[in-house]
Order: sequence, then C-alpha cells, then structure tokens
Amino acid sequence: MKLNRVAVTGLGAMCGLGNNLDDVWNNAVAGKSGVSKIPNIEDTKMWPVQIAGLVKDFEISEDLLPAKEKARFDIFIHYALHCADEALKQSKLLDAGYDPYMIGSIIGTGLGGFPEIEKANETYNEKGPRRVSPFFVPSFIPNMAPGKISMRWNFRGINHAVSSACASAAHAIGSAASEIMLGRQDAVVTGGSEAVISGLTFAGFNAMKALSKTRNDEPELASRPFDKDRNGFVMGEGCGILVLENLDKAKARGAKILAEIVGFGATADAYHITSPHPDGEGTIPCMKHALTQAGIEPKDIDYINAHGTSTPTGDIAETNAIKAVFGEHAYKLNVSSTKSMTGHLLGAAGGIESVFCIKAITEGTIPPTINLNEPSEGCDLNYTPNNSIKKDIKYVLNNSFGFGGTNATTIFKKYEGN
Amino acid sequence: MEIQDKVIKIVSEATKVDASNIKSETNFIDDLNLDSLDMVEMMMKMEEEFGVEIPEDKTEDLKTINDVANFLKTAQ
Repeated sequence: MKLNRVAVTGLGAMCGLGNNLDDVWNNAVAGKSGVSKIPNIEDTKMWPVQIAGLVKDFEISEDLLPAKEKARFDIFIHYALHCADEALKQSKLLDAGYDPYMIGSIIGTGLGGFPEIEKANETYNEKGPRRVSPFFVPSFIPNMAPGKISMRWNFRGINHAVSSACASAAHAIGSAASEIMLGRQDAVVTGGSEAVISGLTFAGFNAMKALSKTRNDEPELASRPFDKDRNGFVMGEGCGILVLENLDKAKARGAKILAEIVGFGATADAYHITSPHPDGEGTIPCMKHALTQAGIEPKDIDYINAHGTSTPTGDIAETNAIKAVFGEHAYKLNVSSTKSMTGHLLGAAGGIESVFCIKAITEGTIPPTINLNEPSEGCDLNYTPNNSIKKDIKYVLNNSFGFGGTNATTIFKKYEGN
Repeated sequence: MEIQDKVIKIVSEATKVDASNIKSETNFIDDLNLDSLDMVEMMMKMEEEFGVEIPEDKTEDLKTINDVANFLKTAQ
C-alpha cells in the first residue's frame, strides 16, 4: 500500500514566550526565558513552587469564543482555539475546498481542564450538588478542545483527544499524520494544549520531587536542562498547533508547504510509572522506529529537539539514549531543549516543540538550550548552549516522553519542492 | 426592584443580550436561542439570586420571562 506524504502547512503557538508564532519564535531564537513569578498568589504556603512559564496578557477573541461562552470552557480550550486559528490562517486551509468530512482534529492534553474540576469541586463541597453547573463536564473534558475546533470551522472528520501525559501532543501529531498517510483524511488540525497552573497540580508534581523549587526568586534561571545545577522541571503552559495535509493535495492547491512529517515512532518503557528506563529500552527503539519509517540513517539527522525537562535523571537517560542511537554522529548533530525557555508544557510540549522543529527547518536556525553554563557529568553532547545558531537543516527529530513510561519520536523533513 | 426587572437583568447578564430587548413575553428558547443546558444554568442563577428552589418538573413550564417572574412571586 502506497502511503500519502504528509505536509505541514500551518503553525500556531503560544506559551510564556509570547501569544503568537512570531513572538514565540523570535524570543526563542533570542534565548529569552518565558519563566516568571506567578502573580497574585494569595497564600504562598499553598504553593510549594511559585514560578512557571506563564502565558501573559491573553484574552481570546470574541470571534473564536463569544463573551457568554468564555467562562464555560477551561483555558486549555481557549488556547487550542487561538492557536488553531493562527495555524489555519497561515495554511489557508479554509480556502482549499476539501470535503468537511475529510478534515479532522486530534489534540493532545495531559490533564485537560483540571482547574475547572478544582473549581467545581469547591462549589460542590460548599453549596452541594444542585449548584454544579450543567456546563461543568463540557468545560474540562479533554476532547472538547478538538470538539470546539470542529464546531468553529465545520471540520467533520476524525475528532478526538489524546492523553499520554507529556507525550500527548506528540502522539496526537503521530496519529494525525497516520490518518493522512492512510488517505482517511485530507487534513488534520493537530498538536497539544495545556494550562494547569494551580496550587494543587504544583503540589502533586512537587510531591514527586519533579519540580525545581529552589529558584522562586530567579525564575528565569530555573529551567536548565543538561546543566549541572538543574534540579527539576519548571511548569509551563500554552499550546502548539500544526495543520497537516496530504502533500499532493496541498501542492495541487498551491499551499505553502513548510515541512514534511516523514517518521514517527512510539514505544513504552514497560518499566516504572514515572522514572525513565535507565538503559533506554523504551526511548532507543522509539527513535530507531522513527528513523526506519523515515527511511533514513542516524547520520541524516541535523537537529534533535530533546525532551530535556531539566530533571537530574531524565536528561542523563535521554543523552545516553541519543548516544546509543546515533553513535559518533551524536556528537556532530545539534541537540537543544527549548523547555529551558518555555518551561514544560506537559501535554502540549510535543506541539510547541514540533513548531520549533519546523521553524528551525524553515529559518535555518536552531533555538538554544539556555541556562546551560556547565554541563553536568555525562551530558557531553552539543546542546546548542545559550545562543541560537544558523544551520542548514534537512531532518529534525523531536522526542516526547511521558509518565506511564510512554515515548514518542517524530521526524520532520525540509520540503524541497518535489 | 420589581421581580420581573431583576429577572431581566439576570438574563441579560447571562446571555449578553441588551436588557432593553428582553420583554415580559420574551421566550428563552425561541427568542434568546437558549439550549437545554443554558436553561438549566439560567434556572440555577434564579435559584441563587432569589433564594428559592425550582423543582425540576417545574422548569419545563417556565418558558418566558413572565413565567419565571410569576413563579418567583408565588415561591418567595
């Protein structure tokens, strides 16, 4: 069976670095930190960690969510609509004339509308069941993000959410690409969205000792993947959306093709609920499967956008896995963790990082790993420290790994006009 | 404030429809395009604002502003 090629024709992004693609990209290339102190915390005792890669000054447009509906949907749904709108405008997909049943949406989210669940739980406890809103359930369910996208733009094809913790968006993109490869959809709006800045989620991640909690007073220095002084991840929020299309059809309609998705790998560690397998028995095959599907050799990869969350064990495990897959070439290619600037967007990480991968290809620029002053022992790859670099890139690999021992690797290729 | 005026104010705030366009005979579903979930939420707001309980089997009869105002007058 001949598989269709998959084109990326639109991008949308928001996170602590900005609320649109250009701001996010330009600030990343400039090596800025999007991590800041969380404002207006009433009771600091309830927040073990008080910093995050926060989205700032955002209000969704009336056109996407009318005033009366705004309070009815968790903020991760606002982000998804906002970024889908940006990506769709860039792609001009709405002018393509595709059958609405051939346009789908698959969106990843790790925790969905968790903050809305917290709020409703308070109402329930204080006022009883009769005061729980009929809009409570629709406000938080993960698939309301693709659901609202379908309603806004009349996309009647496949529509579902993916939830695989911090690999959610990457799995969503992999599923979306498969739909197009198999010819079941002509286009899919995909990616991930996450917004769980709340004391309770922080308490949970903090209890796992996963969060960096020593830099409440210097937030921009807290996320420092591969650095010897790293001590946990920094929570981020935001969204990254891609418009994927059947490449032949995109070409036929004269769409600007930004890149191709040529490989996807997905595995499980089958090892531990939260710790990565120390010998990379999940992540190594994951990267290899993606390379095999892409039909390329390890030496063809120019840049790896690493999972690199800034945790002591995770960064070493990934570094070792990269070395196992790439051998000597591991030292020649560039690696970077953009989480050093965005914080960890959890279920949206693979979305915004795919956006970085594609921009790296189209702009010939690799965004840096900031706060990397002294690599820790064992972290001896070229992590593109502190400054972005210019480099002609043909193939980029993105890693996303999640709790539950789930792994996903996506490979993007420069579109060379044929 | 008259009960009906208060009802209109609550409905206006919830629906973002200007209060001057909401009359006694305004129908929630036909005129304000509320769906079944909107109606549940609207009745919850009335319960909260007026401190009454609207029995579930009663809500089906409350189709207009006037219906609600009349119900509230007797319930209070």
